[in-house]
This record gives sequence, C-alpha cells and structure tokens, in this order.
Amino acid sequence: MSSTTDPRAADGTRRRRRGPRTWLATLPLLTFTGLCFGIPLGAMAYGAVTRTDPASGATQATGEHLARSLQGPYLASLVGSVQLSALTALVGGVLGVVIAQAVVTSRSAGLRSATLTASGVLANFGGVPLAFAFIATVGISGVVTQLADLTDLGWNLYSFTGLTVVYLYFLIPLMVLVIAPALDGLRPQWREAAQSSGATGRQFWLHVGLPVLAPSLLGGFVLLFGTAFAAHATAAALVGGSVPLVTLKIADALSGNVLTGQENVALALGLDMILIAGLVMAVYLPLQRRSARWLR
Amino acid sequence: MLSSSARRGAAVLLSAAVLTTLSACGAAPDQKSGGAGGAKNAVQPGAATSVADFGSLEALAAAAQKEGELNVIALPPDWANYGEIIKAFEAKYKIKVNSENPDASSSDEIAAVKSRKGQNRAPDVLDLGIAFARSGAAENLFAPYKVTAWDKIPAAQKDADGRWTNDYGGYVSIGCDAARIPTCPQTFADLLKPEYKGKVALNGNPTKSGSAFGGVYAAALANKGSFADIQPGIDFFGQLKKSGNFIPVESTPATVEKGETPISIDWDYLNAGYADQFKGKGVDWKVAVPTDGVYAQYYSQAINKDAPHPAAARLWLEFLYGAEGQNLWLKGYARPVLLPGMTQDGTADQAAVAKLPQVQGTPAFPASEELDKAKATLAEKWDKALS
Repeated sequence: MSSTTDPRAADGTRRRRRGPRTWLATLPLLTFTGLCFGIPLGAMAYGAVTRTDPASGATQATGEHLARSLQGPYLASLVGSVQLSALTALVGGVLGVVIAQAVVTSRSAGLRSATLTASGVLANFGGVPLAFAFIATVGISGVVTQLADLTDLGWNLYSFTGLTVVYLYFLIPLMVLVIAPALDGLRPQWREAAQSSGATGRQFWLHVGLPVLAPSLLGGFVLLFGTAFAAHATAAALVGGSVPLVTLKIADALSGNVLTGQENVALALGLDMILIAGLVMAVYLPLQRRSARWLR
Repeated sequence: MLSSSARRGAAVLLSAAVLTTLSACGAAPDQKSGGAGGAKNAVQPGAATSVADFGSLEALAAAAQKEGELNVIALPPDWANYGEIIKAFEAKYKIKVNSENPDASSSDEIAAVKSRKGQNRAPDVLDLGIAFARSGAAENLFAPYKVTAWDKIPAAQKDADGRWTNDYGGYVSIGCDAARIPTCPQTFADLLKPEYKGKVALNGNPTKSGSAFGGVYAAALANKGSFADIQPGIDFFGQLKKSGNFIPVESTPATVEKGETPISIDWDYLNAGYADQFKGKGVDWKVAVPTDGVYAQYYSQAINKDAPHPAAARLWLEFLYGAEGQNLWLKGYARPVLLPGMTQDGTADQAAVAKLPQVQGTPAFPASEELDKAKATLAEKWDKALS
C-alpha cells in the first residue's frame, strides 16, 4: 500500500533504468487511489482519534476510541475475525489448489469450463441468500440435517465450525478461479525435464512446482483472507453475536437501533482492520517480489 | 461476497461523508417557504410549536399542501401498517410522500439528518428508537412540536419540550409455531424446558436490534433483574445457549416459514402479523406475552429541525396522533400511544383491539440513565455469555 504512494522513493536504481518519467503514467491511478481510498481513509482516521461533544460541537483529539477498539469484546471480535479468516483461507486455499490442479491436468475441456464457470458463480454467491440456503439445508430443521441425523453427529450450523464451512463454500471456488491460470503456467516441459533427470513427483513439486507457484499461492491466500475478513452479511444472518467478528461489531456500532454514540469506535475498528490487512500484505509483498522472477 | 464488502464500503463512505459534514462548520441555510395561515399569527412553519401557530388545522393543511411533499425515512410498509398509513395520508391531503430506505435503522436516520442538513432531500420526520430520540434531542436535531392530543400522552412517553413523542409500541412476546411445537411456551421460565432444545431464537443481535434488546430486557425482568440491571437477562440467554435451546440465527419471516425458528422472541405486533401472514402455509403461529417478563417499548416520532417541508412534517404528526392514524397503527397490531384514552372514549377500533395479544397491567419505562447502563452492560457482556 505505502509503496505505491511515492514510487520514486522505493528502489530508485531499478526505476531510473526504465526512464525518469515513467511514474507520470501512473498519475491517473494515483489520483484515483488518493480520491477513492485516501479521503475515506483520512476521514476514518480523523474520526477514530477525535471526539465531538454533541452539545457544544467542539472537537478534540483523543486516543480513547482506539484504546477501546483494542479491549474487551472489541478485541475479542478482532481476534475472532483473524482466526476465522486465517483458518478458512488456509483450508480453502489448499482445497482450491487440489481441485484446480485436478481440473487443469484432466484432458476434458468440458470439465474444465464447467468447473471454472461454476466457480465464477459460486465465488460471488454470498450474503443472506447463502446463509438461508445453508439454513434450509443443514440448519437445525434443515432437509439434510433431518435425513442424516446430523445433530446427533454433533453438527451445529450456528457455530464457529458451521461458519467455517459456509465461508469455504465461496472461498474454495474463489481459489480455483485465481489459481487455475497459474497452474496452467506450469509448463509440462519442466515436469518432463525433471522426470528425465530422474526426479520423483514429490521432488518436482518440492523444488520446482511449489517455488514457482509460491507467489500465486500466497496471493490467493491473501485474497481469501481478505474476502473472509471483510465478509459480513452471511455471518450476521447465521450467528448474530455468538461468534465474535469485527465486521458485525462495526455494524452494531455504526447502524443499529440500540447503541448510540459508538460511531467513533466503529471507525477505530475499521482502522484496526486496515492495519491487519496491511500487515498481511506486508508479509506477502516481499515474498512475492522474491519469487515472481520465476514466472517471467 | 462482493455484496457484503460493497455494503461495508458504502457504510464507511457514508460515515466519512457524515464526518466531513460535521467537521465542515457550514452555516445552516435559511428556511425557504413563506408564512402560512392568517396574517396575525404568521409564524414560519419551521418555528411552529403547535397547530395554534397556524391558526387552525385547515391552515396547517393548506401550508403543507403548498409544500406538496413529505420526506419520510425508515418506514417499512409491512411494519406496524406503515404502508397503509402513508397511502391514507397521501389520499387525504394530496401530499406526495417520498419514502426513502424503508429498512434503515435509527442511526441511519440520524446520519441522514446530519449529512443532508439544508438539502431538499433531508428527511422531514423520523420514527426513532427511544435511545436515538433522546440523543438526537440532546444534539439539538429536532424541532419542538406539540400535537393537538399532547395532553393525553402520559408524561413518561414524551419529551417535556415536545422534541420527541412516543408514537406506537408493543410488548416483548413469544411467537410459537403450534404446528411444530406441541405445547407453546407462555413464560421465559418455560423456555428453559428441555423440550425446546434448538428451537428458541431472537429476531437479531441485541447489541444492534431494538426488539432483541427488548427481549433481553424482558428476560432480565423475569429473572429478578431491573431496568438498571440487565445482567440476569444476559445470564438467562447464556443459560439458554448452554442448554442448547437458543439458536443464534436471526428469525425472519423466511426462517419462521421454514420452521427453523419455531419459537421467536419479538415484538407482539410483528409476531401477530406473522400469524396472519402464514395462515394456510403450514405455520400455526401463536403469540403470548410472557407474564413473568412484561416489557413494552415505544418508538418515538420527531421532526427534523431543518425539515425541508416543515408544514407537511407537522401535518404528518397531527395525522398520526389523530384517531385515524392511531387506528391505522392499531390495525397493524401496534399499540398507539393514545390507545388507553381512545378505548375509554370509544374512538379505538374495537375489532383491532380485540385481536391484540392479551397483557395485564400498564407498561413501565426505563429512565435514560438506566437505559444507558443496561446498554453498556449488554455491549460488554453479551458476546461472552453467548460464545
């Protein structure tokens, strides 16, 4: 994020080789970013660190909202969101790669296009309709629950596990979508070369396949993490307050009928979310830069 | 998940917009619209505090018709019969009602008032949760106005200056699908019985939804709590969750019809409405107001201080607090604030009154400080008790 704000400062030597005015071309993008992300971000940060007295209208700086956003139930919701997002991104990422690899290596063009089309649809199927689909299928009086006696097996849709399964429903197709092109880029010749040099399948994946795929895998993980982290409607309809999630907390504070005067804490929570997303990106970017050269 | 992230983005943008408006210390533009009524008491409609300032109801209606429009917000047509109320008002006074964002929350309403100050699109009148009516009055967002029926409204249900007035409300009730549940629960104590395992739902998260909050409040009253002490209510739901009776899914008409939330704690007017809605769909919805936890809550009506249609806004209030408006709410199973008096003088729609769920006694209301304390406790403790 921060590296895009001033391209001249970062890694000067490489850019100079490309010509001194290259950055001018990015100006429209930078302007757009500044307007559409910068202004809301600024307003959010401003709201998070100030308090306006309702009676007098006077505004003063305060660290109170940020502090509160990192305490008690608010902190628990941040932790809950990170846990859920990390778990679902990991499981969704692994399963997505396995499915995508199976589809890419199969010789059936029909299977391939069917899977990719279905993934495109499913990856965007979320919110309340998805929640209700799950309720009707595997909720307490859901069709499948009744038929297969899932409740006796310990299944409960309205729990952390239940929510994980629901999230995977749209995260796995998303992973299939983003990773399939990268798997296509893994040239068969490399595998043949490895095989003729006597490498086993495991050795090929460990020393060639995975390192080459690493940036795409990481990118997929970051995308899945972000999607799960920002999801709100599905969780709100399914678990209410019983699984603490930061997006639910923000909604409670920002647009509810009960709590008044919590807007600034909601803004502080939003800032915390950006910070966490930024940290995840910060891990991803350098690794990505390191391994991206293989795919040139 | 595009939709939800987009919605979140919109919320952030909206709050950003609110903030910018707040921080930019723009001067409030002058009210347009000329004087109304007789020359003698030609008060600006925006400054009128009662119908007397216009001279008569006819003069008020004439001034409102000159404005021709009324902006309302957060009035779902299937909630407390608002759809019919809007139609009746339009037909009676030939004023166009612009109904914006019917599913908005109270905080959305307040945000709309603040962010559109001085604009023609700003909401004229607001139907708010009591906490927002009080905080909005403290922020000086509402115009004081006393309707003709002012004196008949109990003192506990109105702001002394007339900045907000309770309009309609209901009791926390237990809705139950008698087609699926052999014996319907009548009290909060009943809900703990093992036969209701995996069957009891609230209609939302009590830190967000007013009716779910009312449910926790009522449960507190049923368990030796008080208006100042909501903790027993939180503990009660913690216990329900532990026993497996409570399901955290938000009950909606869809989950009720599907049978996923066969027992739902909600306002009696909504539960009574479900009974009508699902008749003949395999759902036999029964409504009981629990005798051990009687809690009523009313919504409040207020006029935006900078209403773009100040006369129409005041006419809307006179309509709502007249016999016609009150009976229309009653028809939607809501209990209008003037119901006790109307029952006595015979102006209440008797058929509609007979259909209301039975309740003993008169409702009591928490004071501001008690409400604040209860909300703070809830925000702090609810998640933990339920997870």
